[in-house]
Amino acid sequence: MEGHQILTTTLFLGVVALTVGITIWASRNSSGAADHYAGGRGFSGFQNGLAIGGDYMSAASFLGISGAIALSGYDGFLYSIGFLVAWLVALLLVAEVLRNSGRYTMADQLAYRMRQKPVRMAAATSTVVVSIFYLLAQMVGAGALVALLLGVSSEGLKNLTIFFVGALMIFYVTVGGMKGTTWVQIVKAVLLMAGSALIVVLVLAKFGFNLSELLGTAAQNSGKGGAFLEPGLKYGVSTTSKIDFISLGIALVLGTAGLPHILIRFYTTPTSRDARKSVLWAIGLIGVFYLFTLILGFGAAALLDKDAYAEVAASGGNLASPLLAEAVGGGPGSTGGAVLLAVIAAVAFATILAVVAGLTLTSSVSVAHDLYNSVFRNGQATEAEEIRVSRIAAGVIGLIAIVLAIPAQKLNIAFLVALAFAVAASANLPAIIYNMFWRRFNTRGALWSIYGGLISSVGLVIFSPIVSGKGVDAVTGKNLSLLPTSIDISWFPLENPGIVSIPLGFLLGYLGTITSKEPSAEERYTELEVRALTGAGAEQASKH
Amino acid sequence: MTDAHDQAARHDPVYDDLAARPEFAELRSRYRGFVIPATVAFLAWYALYVLMSMFAHDFMSIKVVGNINIALVFGLLQFLTTFALAYVYSRYSNSRLDPLAAQLADSYYDGTNGRER
Repeated sequence: MEGHQILTTTLFLGVVALTVGITIWASRNSSGAADHYAGGRGFSGFQNGLAIGGDYMSAASFLGISGAIALSGYDGFLYSIGFLVAWLVALLLVAEVLRNSGRYTMADQLAYRMRQKPVRMAAATSTVVVSIFYLLAQMVGAGALVALLLGVSSEGLKNLTIFFVGALMIFYVTVGGMKGTTWVQIVKAVLLMAGSALIVVLVLAKFGFNLSELLGTAAQNSGKGGAFLEPGLKYGVSTTSKIDFISLGIALVLGTAGLPHILIRFYTTPTSRDARKSVLWAIGLIGVFYLFTLILGFGAAALLDKDAYAEVAASGGNLASPLLAEAVGGGPGSTGGAVLLAVIAAVAFATILAVVAGLTLTSSVSVAHDLYNSVFRNGQATEAEEIRVSRIAAGVIGLIAIVLAIPAQKLNIAFLVALAFAVAASANLPAIIYNMFWRRFNTRGALWSIYGGLISSVGLVIFSPIVSGKGVDAVTGKNLSLLPTSIDISWFPLENPGIVSIPLGFLLGYLGTITSKEPSAEERYTELEVRALTGAGAEQASKH
Repeated sequence: MTDAHDQAARHDPVYDDLAARPEFAELRSRYRGFVIPATVAFLAWYALYVLMSMFAHDFMSIKVVGNINIALVFGLLQFLTTFALAYVYSRYSNSRLDPLAAQLADSYYDGTNGRER
């Protein structure tokens, strides 16, 4: 092994040891469902704000967005803006309301006034689907990263990495529960912010802290000239691609507040006031982080040499940040370059581990609390049984994600995450909003909007150019769709389903509601609203 | 129905009392009066940005200073308005929502004989 590989391996193992240590420590003072699912509701607004940042600033943001900016210039930045503005939906309409009216999962708020079994079944289904899409993105990132660092592009090694990440995440979740997972997020958020800030300062220093000069160099070196700094390089080529971008934009801004792993974060604070504070912290943190990715992306375009830039392009953009770190550290072969590359890669690895843990936890909690206990056991399962089921579910979901991640490796991570957002915005958000703001909303409305949004968003992707019918790249001859070129089942022209599936989710929620009557749901609305707005009767923090 | 644990089956009348109080009506209208217009406004502002990025390419490409064009400034303005609205909402809820909510929640806990505490 060469020197830099030893360093890299050591740092990776350090990250693993640190997170495993935290998990074991957290498991020792964690008992009962409120601890396992909601971290005892004992995290302060600031702590939870960091953890939200940890959950949200995923490999998709760190690797994916900076990569998208490095390759497509300004159009990559469009992602960041949707991802950030989306937090206002969470802040104004969702966070406090959910904290006051639910216990552990997204379904709790719906089940508050509706027929438990069907709505929990629906919410658990969409929780698992969204989380798996998101998980795939992170695991693909892990594979690409490790292959880069060890200088091997063998498929076997990438697959082994994905398997290893999957095994670790199952460990965090089954052992540490929400408490352990939250601390892992907090540590990761700090590492990620510090690591990116360092690279950003180094990049800016190369241009005398002159943003304009950085942009100019990036435009020149990208080979695309001024167009690199203008919108439309990637999405402006045709009317279809413009509509595709609008579709993406809608999904980004409406998806965040429907992401199950974000929603359950609001339960970890003692009161709804702390939940609000945590979102405020998260907005500040995430906003600054996206400004960093802007510099990282343009920095990669400006500072990488031809070979490295080609490598970034070949990775779908995912390697822009790590290679940039190597370049600002002194370039390939230099000690500084090796150190910074190793540091940034370890940070990215920590990011991936933390986010996959959050996602797996969320879906396993929903399977245990919503599906197992409410649907199969009529709410009669004991806490211990429920927690045991959630641990088994974490293992199963982890395995599913591992198996699916292997063929998903050629997709851009940011794109995979965008899909998760589209599904979340179509299936979850309409039900959450209607439930809080519309007295008449009822079980049928909830089911139609969740299943309708879920099926239409996933279905449209299956029949989109992502899966088939895109043909081969004119230059490289590489197949651009997932299925072999001989199979073409595509008829939906857009890659992003949101523009159709999100309005459809809202429309179906409306239609389902007005075609059925459920007086008890309307009566209980008063109770839901009082509780949501005042916190009267909301779940209390557990005492230790 | 065998849904023994059906939420809708156990209705707590204390909530009806709270809902009937003028303080609650006031809290509700203050909450909705802020979040609904604010949501419409920031979504419209974001939509304008997205649409202009796609359909007003020439305008967005006008350079303001050096290589910094309107598109970049507009994008950064989205960051600024997000921070600003979050801050304004937090001020608003601290002063206009929280006191009323706390008052109502207190009378809930008094009225239920400390059942939850």
